[in-house]
Amino acid sequence: MTLIETAGDPGTAPHHPSPDHRPAPAGAGALTGLRVLSWRSLRHSFRDPESVLMAVLLPVMMMLIFVFVLGGAVTTDGGAPSRAEYLSYVLPAIALTAAGFGASFTAVVVSNDMTTGLIDRLRTMPFPAVTLLLGHTVASMVRNLLATVVVVLVALAVGFRTEASAMQLLGSLGLIALWILVITVVFATLGMLAGSAEAASGYGFILLFLPYLSSGFAPVESMPSWLQAFAAHQPMTPLIDASRALLTGSAPGQDAVVAVLWCAGFLVLAVGVAAYVFPRRTSR
Amino acid sequence: MTTTDAPLIEIRGLRKSYREHTVLDGLDLTLPPGVHALLGPNGAGKSTLIKILSTLLPADAGTVSVLGLDPRRDRRRLQGLITLTGQFAAVDGKLSGMENLVMIGQLFGLPAATARRRALDLLERFDLLAAKDRRAATLSGGMRRKLDIAAGLISRPRLVYLDEPTTGLDTRSRQVLWNEIGELAENGTSILLTTQYLEEADALADQIRVLHEGRIVAGGTATELKALVGGTVIRVHDQDGSVLEDVPTTGTTADLARQLAEISARRPHTTATLHRPTLDDVFLHLTGTRARSDEQSTLEHTLAAPVG
Repeated sequence: MTLIETAGDPGTAPHHPSPDHRPAPAGAGALTGLRVLSWRSLRHSFRDPESVLMAVLLPVMMMLIFVFVLGGAVTTDGGAPSRAEYLSYVLPAIALTAAGFGASFTAVVVSNDMTTGLIDRLRTMPFPAVTLLLGHTVASMVRNLLATVVVVLVALAVGFRTEASAMQLLGSLGLIALWILVITVVFATLGMLAGSAEAASGYGFILLFLPYLSSGFAPVESMPSWLQAFAAHQPMTPLIDASRALLTGSAPGQDAVVAVLWCAGFLVLAVGVAAYVFPRRTSR
Repeated sequence: MTTTDAPLIEIRGLRKSYREHTVLDGLDLTLPPGVHALLGPNGAGKSTLIKILSTLLPADAGTVSVLGLDPRRDRRRLQGLITLTGQFAAVDGKLSGMENLVMIGQLFGLPAATARRRALDLLERFDLLAAKDRRAATLSGGMRRKLDIAAGLISRPRLVYLDEPTTGLDTRSRQVLWNEIGELAENGTSILLTTQYLEEADALADQIRVLHEGRIVAGGTATELKALVGGTVIRVHDQDGSVLEDVPTTGTTADLARQLAEISARRPHTTATLHRPTLDDVFLHLTGTRARSDEQSTLEHTLAAPVG
């Protein structure tokens, strides 16, 4: 080994000025970080108009197809088929499916952040870097609630009517918002774990099928017995049943409690995984 | 010890492994304020070292002090004093140049008005006003890299880590970036630069450390390092370009004329070049490998002298 200078010798300072006394910035707090990074994520969303359009148009088209193609042929209570009744029946499932599509965008943007040098820069800065994920979550909530509002407006335009009270409507919307939060956090975590944006989106694809295998579009009792076991015990069924009950002015019963417990479980799991993985993950 | 009278960086016995693979193997390093280059090929451990120094990775063993602070214990305080520019431009492609800088400034805790004022100054200083309202994704590679460095400077850091800042850039963009880095150093900011480009270390750094297999194997100024492999020689080639011999010379015109006449008499029909030792020669001498095989002769100042 050849060392011109002795190991440990601080060396002679070259011609550069000595380190100055300029004050170091203290760094943003959690709230400022969340505000700045939510703003960033929202800009991302609205600068990608195709994604926003798809997030809104897809559920609207789905709802119109289900109601006008199947609504005249499907009965959910054994009586005569009615498009208006079927519209009330599928509306919660459409809103939750829309949330899934919208939230899958979060997996892509989180994965992009994790696979570029930006995450390294942010994690060497004096602010809670986890606000990056929270910012994506806030943006996803805004995007998806917007899509939900559009779906409800179109539903009203094509004949949806309800006798639910304001509190019941808020309760229904609250359950949908809770699921948006859950699925966003799950997709954000998947975005962190996946090796690429494409993989992140793919892993989450299975979640997008859950509403179809629930009481969302047809009664569980109408399914084959082997499928009934799954459909009756997966989280979407109590969530949709409770949301539908509130939306139509009925009491949700135990479904609301079961739905909230499912959501809490998913949240704890996803946040736990994210909290473990995020500090250990630098750009790949 | 306060952060202002400490050495820039002081490392003792630093070890880091990824599973069975040892990346840093008992590394010792002391650097005073100034501009320093870490030179080494891919896999030498440069980026791992930068990640440890910039609080991104924990070390397995050893002690590390940056500006008198421990990157793990004093993490947040140190983060206010440093900035990292990685191998890939760490800017947000969907935000404009101005939005990128203001966002980074606000995350450093600057009030929005201060962040905007500094952002504008930096855009002007880095000749990036054209990027002010343009999305970063639409900028050239060179402009993005400049924006990246500008983003790191919005907090006015005392120490800037530049991890292979010009990798992938064309010669012109690289030269422009070198000028900016040179100006930054003249303003008193300390820089730790990692590079595979020998001429980059030569052009920018006061002191160069050669990193090989997780250890510092040599250190000094470019001139001191080149002296390790001897002085200037007249390199004699046959008609196929193969090297026949190296003849030492003082480099004066009188000595060159005398030596060339002697070579011409001894070996007619040969060519000669004046070869000064390059950092690549140093690297080859120290490690047995070249830093970058495609850059063997970039610094070589040749004198084509048909002889005989």
